[in-house]
Amino acid sequence: MIASLNSATRHVPAWPIYIVSVAYAGWLLWLGIDNRLGPDPVNALEHKLGEAALYLLIAGLMITPLRRYAGVNLLKYRRAIGVSCFVFVTFHLLTWAVLDVQRLDRVWADIVKRPYITVGMAGFLLLLPLALTSNNWSVSRLGPSWRKLHKLVYPAAILGAVHYVMLVKGFQIRPLIFLGIVLALLGLRFFATRRA
Amino acid sequence: MAYRWTNDLKERDVTDEGLWLNRRQLIAGAGAGLGLATFGLPVKADALEPTSWEAITSYNNYYEFGTGKDDPARNAHTLTTKPWTVKIDGLVDKPGDYDLDDILSKMTIEERIYRFRCVEAWSMVVPWNGFELADLLDMAGVQSGAKYVAFQTANRPDEMPGLAYPVLDWPYVEGLRLDEAMHPLTMMATGIYGKDIPNQNGAPMRLVVPWKYGFKSIKSIVRITLTADEPPTSWNKANAREYGFYSNVNPQVDHPRWSQASERVIGSGLFAKRQETLMFNGYADEVAGLYDGMDLTKFY
Repeated sequence: MIASLNSATRHVPAWPIYIVSVAYAGWLLWLGIDNRLGPDPVNALEHKLGEAALYLLIAGLMITPLRRYAGVNLLKYRRAIGVSCFVFVTFHLLTWAVLDVQRLDRVWADIVKRPYITVGMAGFLLLLPLALTSNNWSVSRLGPSWRKLHKLVYPAAILGAVHYVMLVKGFQIRPLIFLGIVLALLGLRFFATRRA
Repeated sequence: MAYRWTNDLKERDVTDEGLWLNRRQLIAGAGAGLGLATFGLPVKADALEPTSWEAITSYNNYYEFGTGKDDPARNAHTLTTKPWTVKIDGLVDKPGDYDLDDILSKMTIEERIYRFRCVEAWSMVVPWNGFELADLLDMAGVQSGAKYVAFQTANRPDEMPGLAYPVLDWPYVEGLRLDEAMHPLTMMATGIYGKDIPNQNGAPMRLVVPWKYGFKSIKSIVRITLTADEPPTSWNKANAREYGFYSNVNPQVDHPRWSQASERVIGSGLFAKRQETLMFNGYADEVAGLYDGMDLTKFY
């Protein structure tokens, strides 16, 4: 079963992940333009893009544990997942800045003044070098330090999940579940390295 | 009461929603009822464009039915709103359990087109139907020791799926200072656009305090208590730093997590410009006097 899954991945390319991600983001934007995202389309678009980014962060973090503990090798899809995640985070940020806040001075004021925005922004900045070095040339060029650099996705994932926890009103379970999953996936790595 | 807020809308102005759309209405609140014109002060007439019925009734915060904006419209049909009893107690001459139909038979139902500003920095314009809270309080007979009015929402786990989650400390409670409650702008809403108010908007009777953030306008009220002391309020209990007792709309006092200087106008589309938030949500002429000498950054 695992073996057949692993051999099947040989024939399934990674590029559809990019296509589906960009198509979904474009589709959401179109729904907003077409007035099909409800009465508050800016907010809906913001939330859906942010959520897609969180799902992809979690998917990317699952690659290693799946290989280590289940023997399922999906490594060839990790770059597409990571870059797509960055695309959603970028669109999420642009939606917030351009369509929601609308003024550069207020965007900056929010980044400086509002902890949940600061946290989200920090997460974006951590992902930036990772997206820029997600190509074969960078991997060979950076050598062993490439792997070290890309461990920045761990704090970025925590920041993304914490950003979500911080922005809800009242005591809500859903963002805590996201944070719990992220921490569990990182915890698996921590204990694995301790054992090794 | 010193004066009554008068509405210049007539019965013939209560039209069905189809005719509402794209119609501009004058709100009579600014100055008209206060006779400001007689003092030679300019009477401000704002043309308010009411938000569509569809948006008003599908975009709600009513956490007893879920935290998503569309949850209340989807889930609130389970709330039984007939018969409905409101307990009025505390420092009143005539405490008791009042049947809502009996209350309504004694009240003057009017239409009021008010701005509605949520603490989350979005806004609507809602054509409410209802009566002045002052009239209801007068009916119960407010005693001289009363300084505040406390309100409570229905607390029915079998009808309100959101109560299964401790998002807030249920039941939802709110409160006003007595002079705020007696103010002619403060109303009990029983309808929107001339129709019965939908469950997701707080049926059968909700408070509407147009110069305060929306969460002050407590929904589906089952109890009204006149008290001597400031009553607890749900959002203040949940997070006192972010939600004060007063919660007046104030573009100069930010929510700790976001600016309150401007707002997104619901139903205006993806590329709509934000609207600047007005002091007391545009009702400063009528209500600023209630807060004379108070530091609004301290009493937020």
